[in-house]
Amino acid sequence: MRFTTGRRQVQALERISLTVPDGQFACIVGPSGCGKSTLLMVAAGLTEPSEGDVLVDGKPASEPGADRGMVFQSYSLYPWLSVRRNIEFGLEIKQIPRTQRRQRSSELIHLMKLDGFAEAYPKALSGGMKQRAAIARALANDPQVLLMDEPFGALDAQTRQIMQELLTDLWQRYRKTVLFVTHDIEEAIFLGDVIYVMTNRPGRIRTTLRVDLPRPRTFEMVGSPQFAELRNQVVGIIHEESLKAVESELARA
Amino acid sequence: MSERVPATRSVTASPATARRRRRSFVSTYLTPKRGIPRRTIAILGVVGFVVIIAVWTVVAILTYNKDVPAEVQLVPRPDVVVVAWIDMVAHLGFLADVGWSTFRIVAGFALAALIAVPLGLLMGSFEIVRAFFQPPINAIRYMPASAFIPLLILLQGLGETEKLTVIWIGVFFQLVLMVMDIAHRVPTEMLNVAYTLGASRWTVFRKVFLPATFPEVVDALRITMGWAWTYLIVAELVAAQAGIGNFILIAQRYFRADRIIAAIITIGVLGLITDFLFATYHRWAFPYVEKVHG
Repeated sequence: MRFTTGRRQVQALERISLTVPDGQFACIVGPSGCGKSTLLMVAAGLTEPSEGDVLVDGKPASEPGADRGMVFQSYSLYPWLSVRRNIEFGLEIKQIPRTQRRQRSSELIHLMKLDGFAEAYPKALSGGMKQRAAIARALANDPQVLLMDEPFGALDAQTRQIMQELLTDLWQRYRKTVLFVTHDIEEAIFLGDVIYVMTNRPGRIRTTLRVDLPRPRTFEMVGSPQFAELRNQVVGIIHEESLKAVESELARA
Repeated sequence: MSERVPATRSVTASPATARRRRRSFVSTYLTPKRGIPRRTIAILGVVGFVVIIAVWTVVAILTYNKDVPAEVQLVPRPDVVVVAWIDMVAHLGFLADVGWSTFRIVAGFALAALIAVPLGLLMGSFEIVRAFFQPPINAIRYMPASAFIPLLILLQGLGETEKLTVIWIGVFFQLVLMVMDIAHRVPTEMLNVAYTLGASRWTVFRKVFLPATFPEVVDALRITMGWAWTYLIVAELVAAQAGIGNFILIAQRYFRADRIIAAIITIGVLGLITDFLFATYHRWAFPYVEKVHG
């Protein structure tokens, strides 16, 4: 997948071009307000860029579609549908036969450790379970690209850790192309093959970092020297960019 | 943590005595937002009614005028009102009046809701619709429905159409704006997720947007239904052949405060019943809604 954007009126993004090869887990980190989420919205086809375009498999994709599934941070599930119906939502739209839908949702419910909650409404679920169901719903559709906008941002630290491990296992299994936006640097390193560090607004890509940690990723790697080195590198860049953001705010005042 | 007494005392208390320690009255009942025992809630609910009836009885006794019969007292005793209500139902055809009023409410309210709900949903989702309808509706909303009654009598006469129109005016302009707000509050993420799952605009509207608004729309209907009663009674007081308002007007001519009070209480009970029906429907139709009040 590749996309390019140009100038916008409130210039959120500027001359961004990034290409995510098939099956790669790409993370985007940057100071708050740098336009990471905008970038993802553009990729999903939910925000129209003033310039530039999005290509999936070399074909332009300006409208949102089932080929790019998205997971948001909040309001992720439809409260009036059971967990199972939520997961089957995309399949229902595609008019996949009921038995096939059932099979697919049952598989994902088990995989996402939601057994016993298939017929529950989202109100009965914890924050972590809700996001697991939301990821299951996106995966049920078998999209080419999975777009994730700080999906674990609203979860507590312990739950977030568990979710990251689950997600990296899932990636190992499905090898989807993932574009993952986060402000959590360790999360980006733990999950990603590559990390795009964005600049202060108008957001550009400042640095691209390869994460050469072996796969499958495990929790123990977080303590490794290699991990620490990457973290310090990213922290340094983001700190610099955040300072710039503060300075430009002061300059405007 | 917050339920403990100051630390100085809890340090000296042994675990055994701590368990038996009773909270003071003030900390049990007068801590903002802290729940109180269920039994107390139930008792207070009953006591509220008892106090009203007691005060009423005392006033009735104090103002008793022994030169006139019990039923034409300015402040009749509660038991006199009960007798009056039985008499109204048994001999004055009061239930027919109740029937007429109920019919008008249901019909007028249904006509208002039938247009207000779809229009409100459209206004909340399409800016083009809102830009056109909101300014006039906002202005008309502040014109009291009851002020239209003389005009409506000129235009429509004294028939049922006039009554229904009064209710329609009273309900429609409020309801449409409430529904608009509900529609407007549907989180964009909910719709966006559906698009990325391959839904078309129409599918998003039908399968996400509409269901997302339903529970709150029923809440809005329940609230505006209460207002409909006010407008109806005003319309019936001004001019009607039948109905609870009309019954009250006639009772006033005969100085029958007992009948007036009985009729007013009847309206209150009807309101409670409607509310109960709406609440029951809500619980049945939307079991997935997270309760705000425990």
